[in-house]
Amino acid sequence: MPAPIRLRELIRTIRTARTQAEEREMIQKECAAIRSSFREEDNTYRCRNVAKLLYMHMLGYPAHFGQLECLKLIASQKFTDKRIGYLGAMLLLDERQDVHLLMTNCIKNDLNHSTQYVQGLALCTLGCMGSSEMCRDLAGEVEKLLKTSNSYLRKKAALCAVHVIRKVPELMEMFLPATKNLLSEKNHGEILHTSVVLLTEMCERSPDMLSHFRKLVPQLVRILKNLIMSGYSPEHDVSGISDPFLQVRILRLLRILGKGDDDSSEAMNDILAQVATNTETSKNVGNAILYETVLTIMDIKSESGLRVLAINILGRFLLNNDKNIRYVALTSLLKTVQTDHNAVQRHRSTIVDCLKDLDVSIKRRAMELSFALVNGNNIRGMMKELLYFLDSCDPDFKADCASGIFLAAEKYAPSKRWHIDTIMRVLTTAGSYVRDDSVPNLIQLITNSVEMHAYTVQRLYKALLDDISQQPLVQVASWCIGEYGDLLVSGQCEEEEPIQVNDLYVLDVLEGLLVSNLSTPVTRGYSLTAIMKLSTRFSSLNRIKKVVSIYGSSIDVELQQRAVEYNALFKKYDHMRPALLERMPIMEKTATNGPSETVQTNGETDSTILDTKHLPSISQPASQVGFLKHGFSIQTCAHFRHLNNIQPLNVIIPPMTAYNKNGLIIEFTFERSNPNPNIAVITIHATNSTEADMTEFVFQAAVPKTFQLQLLSPSSNVVPAFNQGSVTQVIRVLNPQKVRCYCEPRTHSASDLQCIQAINFYLSCVPGESNPQPCAS
Amino acid sequence: MQFMLLFSRQGKLRLQKWYVPLSDKEKKKITRELVQTVLARKPKMCSFLEWRDLKIVYKRYASLYFCCAIEDQDNELITLEIIHRYVELLDKYFGSVCELDIIFNFEKAYFILDEFLLGGEAQETSKKNVLKAIEQADLLQEDAKEAETPRSVLEEIGLT
Repeated sequence: MPAPIRLRELIRTIRTARTQAEEREMIQKECAAIRSSFREEDNTYRCRNVAKLLYMHMLGYPAHFGQLECLKLIASQKFTDKRIGYLGAMLLLDERQDVHLLMTNCIKNDLNHSTQYVQGLALCTLGCMGSSEMCRDLAGEVEKLLKTSNSYLRKKAALCAVHVIRKVPELMEMFLPATKNLLSEKNHGEILHTSVVLLTEMCERSPDMLSHFRKLVPQLVRILKNLIMSGYSPEHDVSGISDPFLQVRILRLLRILGKGDDDSSEAMNDILAQVATNTETSKNVGNAILYETVLTIMDIKSESGLRVLAINILGRFLLNNDKNIRYVALTSLLKTVQTDHNAVQRHRSTIVDCLKDLDVSIKRRAMELSFALVNGNNIRGMMKELLYFLDSCDPDFKADCASGIFLAAEKYAPSKRWHIDTIMRVLTTAGSYVRDDSVPNLIQLITNSVEMHAYTVQRLYKALLDDISQQPLVQVASWCIGEYGDLLVSGQCEEEEPIQVNDLYVLDVLEGLLVSNLSTPVTRGYSLTAIMKLSTRFSSLNRIKKVVSIYGSSIDVELQQRAVEYNALFKKYDHMRPALLERMPIMEKTATNGPSETVQTNGETDSTILDTKHLPSISQPASQVGFLKHGFSIQTCAHFRHLNNIQPLNVIIPPMTAYNKNGLIIEFTFERSNPNPNIAVITIHATNSTEADMTEFVFQAAVPKTFQLQLLSPSSNVVPAFNQGSVTQVIRVLNPQKVRCYCEPRTHSASDLQCIQAINFYLSCVPGESNPQPCAS
Repeated sequence: MQFMLLFSRQGKLRLQKWYVPLSDKEKKKITRELVQTVLARKPKMCSFLEWRDLKIVYKRYASLYFCCAIEDQDNELITLEIIHRYVELLDKYFGSVCELDIIFNFEKAYFILDEFLLGGEAQETSKKNVLKAIEQADLLQEDAKEAETPRSVLEEIGLT
């Protein structure tokens, strides 16, 4: 049988392949040859074959049949074999397969081999991919090598020990005696780096070790001092700086040792100041050391002068031409802005300049830092910059930036008009990216700024004339026009030049929204209601009645329901209309849940009336009630949902049937979680009244990002037929911002032809959204 | 360090060193996605990015990208120096290294890396010492090979 082709030849051949198919063919041919060669137990060429296999593996082809061959190579006596064998083991084997355990014995033998390079191979492999079992078996050998006088092996053993400790932390104690002399002067510095790494690992993992090793601080300081003072050592040198890798590791260990400890921190103050001031900063390597120094200064109990020095270094970094330096500066400043706020403030203008950087990561950091630095004094200037940034930034940023701006504006707005102007600006520039909860928040803000109503509605109206594509803007605008349309047409605006507009134009605009393709169903709901409200503010009653009646037969169920109810309002309950559609009073931000203002109650009450606060279906936007039930007299009251502080479960929500279709019934029961009242605990019960069991029943829920959801395991995946049993599952929902929760259960039922049903419903009732209807999608 | 990848501008993998246990499938997925992400970066962007929950440090040398994934507490700037040191070692070993050297001698590239880093940390900070160790190991390999060849010649003649 001819000798298998050499590795380089194979590589050359494969590279001549012009197509993927050609390459695959060559590889398959070669694999077949290799496989038969393996079967023949050919010792001479095993090494070559495995090497070729490793090449093909790197190209992405399967190579698992070579795993055992690697083990045979490791067991061989030839150095070449071992080299390739260990390489193969590291590339092809992993600790999840039991095969790797076969290596243990070989490694053990090789750890005691007479040739240090073989021992090195074994240590390297163990330190790279040793599993916990292997580490347990071989820790003793590693510990032995840690005490040898051969520095080549000692440094490898140290890093191998690090790996062992990571895999089996209990074994850490075992290495303690060997660490006694690791830092001593006798070790010509060759094993210092790995020793420091080992000590760092031990200190990070165990507070006992940490206290034990604190006594090394003076030694470490001394070593560091020697490094920066001593002469030129070309082999450890990078751009004129002695052994920067070791310097950085020592600084990191000092950080861990000094944290929270006054004495140690004091002992290292001087050297830190020295490193911070003397390190050459023209190249990356010097900055790497400075960076580590800054991190250490900020973490330990350093004196304030040192801290200011550190922040100034970061400030200088911000002005550096090198992007990487600017990036790490911003990252570090972000970490320290809470504790050293004033010092960071001094660099605010540089940070704001970074908003204009081309690099995405830098921009994001600069944005986060800018928001952290906003305060009452700089709000106007900062907001200008941030709004400009919002204009020009990538879409990925816009949502976060908009939210940040809203928060900052809310906290520090110097005047109501400024606040509203800022919001307007955000809505017009990044309107489609703002979060869903901002619409109700803005509505509340506007309602509460009574003196600004005329100005606001005028500005919103003008914005609508320009652009109706950004839904949040359109929704807020419609709502405002509905509420304050009378101020709009009467030209009462004081803040700016009032515009001339009459009610017909306004109605044109609102009707335009209804028919536009750009409007979402939610927006349409807003505009229909706004039109309705104008019936008490404008005089074009007939026109409004006409619009409302047209939509009484709309395909959109939500719109239809509204239109029908408004129609009924015109026809049968016209006497109630003015009261119902009256101006909204100020919404209290911190009141408890439940109706806060009652506009009017009108006589007849009926016990069968469903209190809207219980039911998830609120069919009106912006907290206007009007839950009209034909045939029942209604109790009119305006229920407000307090937009920001809704306690979803202060009201006890009665159990409800969330889904009832095709024999599958899902019921929800609600309770408040005891230790944490902000967590809602929902238990779902699914029953099946059909003739067949529903197998593979899976309940999934999706929530917006502001929520946290925890779905515990269901009681079973099979919903038995004929209501013989039920599947229960517990869901825990945390609603930190107390906004509406939107839960969409999906059920996959093997017996159901329509596999996915979607249901929308609300856990806490919030104004402004269309009412939920079970709809099959 | 969690892993290091070397890949060409066309996205072909030239070296992969993993210091964390992952299945083959996961490694392939990570490699594919990360390579795509890094190749999509424009030349003026900085060398660091956050990807999933890892910090990625990458640098391009001629036609090869050197890409490392480091942990939260690792220093990004010194990682750039580590990458640079590895490139210097390759350069010294191969004499003005280029991508072809790494393609045709990938196993040697691995040997050098394993002499420089162990378990994701630098084991030797002196360039000279790393190269010396590789040299010695290579010699050992040569000696072993020389010791073999006479045997097989004899075998071929039929005089064993």
